Amino acid sequence: MKQHLITDRKTNKNILGCYFMTVQNLGKFAKQIYLKGRNEMEKTGNPIMKAHSSGVEPEMFRVLTPDGEMIEAIDGKIDKSLMLKMYESMLLLRTFDRKSINLQRQGRIGTYAPFEGQEASQAGSALALSAGDWMFPTYRDHGAAIIHGQELYRVFLYWMAHFDGSICPEGKRILPPSVPIATQMVHAVGTAWASKLKGEKNVSIAYFGDGATSEGDFHEALNFAGVYKTPTIFFCQNNGYAISVPFEKQSASKTISQRAAAYDIHGVRVDGNDIFAVWMTVKEAVERALKGEGPTLIEAITFRYGAHTTADNPNIYRDQDEISTFWRENRDPITRLRKYLNKEGHWNEEQEELVLKQFNELIDAHLKKAEAYPKSDPLEMFNHVYAEETWHLKEQKQELNQILRKGGKK
Amino acid sequence: MMGKNLTMLQAITEALDQMLGHDDRVMILGEDIGVNGGVFRATEGLYEKYGKDRVVDTPLAESGIIGSAIGLALNGMLPIVEIQFLAFIYPGFEQLVSHAARMRYRTRGQFGVPLVIRTPYGAGIRGPELHSESVETFFAHTPGLKVVAPSNPYDAKGLLISALEDPDPVIFLEPTKLYRAFKEEVPDEMYRIPIGQAKVVQEGSDLTIFAWGAMLREALNAAKRIEAEKGWKCEVVDLRTLYPLDRDAIVQSIKKTGRALIVHEAHKTAGLGAEIISIINDEALIYLKAPIKRVTGFDVPVPPFTIEDHYLPTVDRVKQGIVETLSF
Repeated sequence: MKQHLITDRKTNKNILGCYFMTVQNLGKFAKQIYLKGRNEMEKTGNPIMKAHSSGVEPEMFRVLTPDGEMIEAIDGKIDKSLMLKMYESMLLLRTFDRKSINLQRQGRIGTYAPFEGQEASQAGSALALSAGDWMFPTYRDHGAAIIHGQELYRVFLYWMAHFDGSICPEGKRILPPSVPIATQMVHAVGTAWASKLKGEKNVSIAYFGDGATSEGDFHEALNFAGVYKTPTIFFCQNNGYAISVPFEKQSASKTISQRAAAYDIHGVRVDGNDIFAVWMTVKEAVERALKGEGPTLIEAITFRYGAHTTADNPNIYRDQDEISTFWRENRDPITRLRKYLNKEGHWNEEQEELVLKQFNELIDAHLKKAEAYPKSDPLEMFNHVYAEETWHLKEQKQELNQILRKGGKK
Repeated sequence: MMGKNLTMLQAITEALDQMLGHDDRVMILGEDIGVNGGVFRATEGLYEKYGKDRVVDTPLAESGIIGSAIGLALNGMLPIVEIQFLAFIYPGFEQLVSHAARMRYRTRGQFGVPLVIRTPYGAGIRGPELHSESVETFFAHTPGLKVVAPSNPYDAKGLLISALEDPDPVIFLEPTKLYRAFKEEVPDEMYRIPIGQAKVVQEGSDLTIFAWGAMLREALNAAKRIEAEKGWKCEVVDLRTLYPLDRDAIVQSIKKTGRALIVHEAHKTAGLGAEIISIINDEALIYLKAPIKRVTGFDVPVPPFTIEDHYLPTVDRVKQGIVETLSF
């Protein structure tokens, strides 16, 4: 289990704390919470729980309980301003996500992959990065991309199927969402490897889901990263389902983080709905990577409240109402942090209203920008296939151009 | 201009050596390419000269190799990947097709993947199963990739240097059968042969033979014998680049000879021969005096080496094709 531990260097204390105790060794209070949670989860048929034949939930690093109680010392690592940034980031993402689903229903964007419920994983991980770090998201990680600097209108453009929706701001290293599963993980090995060779102090982070861990590229990426000790962070959001397939059908492994042991790299399992825990885990992984200690595999336990995409119907493969209600009511990442911030006197209703209003305006402004953005010219399809156009492309572009002119559509 | 007599393999090694010496961003990655110098010895001596960080013995995983090379290229390196045999590229095919070929397109030019994949290809070396394929069509069919196949030491060096300097991914197919088949004068300096340019290897007036890679020798030998036997003069064009094809060279030669024969060891159906016929159809149909003939590998998996010579186009089959075309 040693590779799973996160150690606070200042106090030399294992900050994973009680999560490495057996359930028998838990304090009475912790045990009550633990068992209560477990029973609730089992009742709702949560596949993440069901997968464990032992009936004992594998250890998971958690700082804030779902009720907003701080159970692990953060040792001043997260100050008030960062806490507020975390909270506001999650609010922004949720507002954006809900808006996007509505836009899809109105036919203003295409098929959309929602991430509601996973805001702590996405915002928490992205906030732990530096501006120049390489990010390899999937189609469900635009939340992380936004927090890392991708502009909202670009994300809208992407889902509107506009060519320019995959461009990231100048100087940023946010790659377009990877559609083929797990394939981007090896790219994050390569960019990190180059950073290491060039002596640049940057990490590369690859996002992926639990389904990706069945792919060959998951194995190849972890293995390569281990061999070359690349500063790569493999950030898995285990939301329990790969479209319809629950994790218990995906793998006999009890956890994803345990796979790290096979590659002799660091592996951490973290409560993906606890933004403090996510941020601390990723921060630790970044520090370790930059010290030359190699990659980290992080498994963030989370849940997507909604469908796989707007074209998916989750009622077919799970008791959608019950399970999503359970997670919303008992595990929500935003509610959890709000409870903590309220208790600490850092946040109130008024602030919430004000910020939400600002975010709605911001998102609307970006939507307006995206909708006013010049439509893709059909001839654009011939650009950037190669740095220099081949004769085929020149002629085919010409051919389409003539058709467009004749049809008067251009 | 100083030069040396080198085999194709030596010319490739020399090109790699010079590129590593010329630019710190160049890295070579592959299976057994470091200490072992590659299964064909194409990287011999380079590990000792440039070290383990630049001549990298990778784990045995083609997707991992190509995928991490994509990342290296994104972040400013110039990776040259060796895939041990062309048929071993399949696990990395998704990385090539879904990522390397599309990165520039998806990011509207923001990120490119300057990557070279070198791989021995072709039959006739008495190889075990899946060591002899000639599936250049897969790559030529993929927008975003360029495909190069030299047929001699001089071209191999010049094309490899051009491939490395190309901003887009290039599949560099090395005809295994020709690796050590003959030597020729190769200049010492770093020179370039432009990608996309075919070469008229032998001038002629009666018929044009289009070929590339190992089939060049079959084409030239058949042309020589047919001239001796019948007095017909064949023009032989080495395409050298398979995407983008040198259309001008193809058309120009047809305008001159009016007859064409295409020789490739790849399977016939959807082989590049069909593409060449299509170019001639589009651009030079009225110059044709006879239907265009293809002499190719058959539409079967490359068979066991005991009978592989019957799969491959032979000089006799090429000669027969010439006779049929010229007696039409």
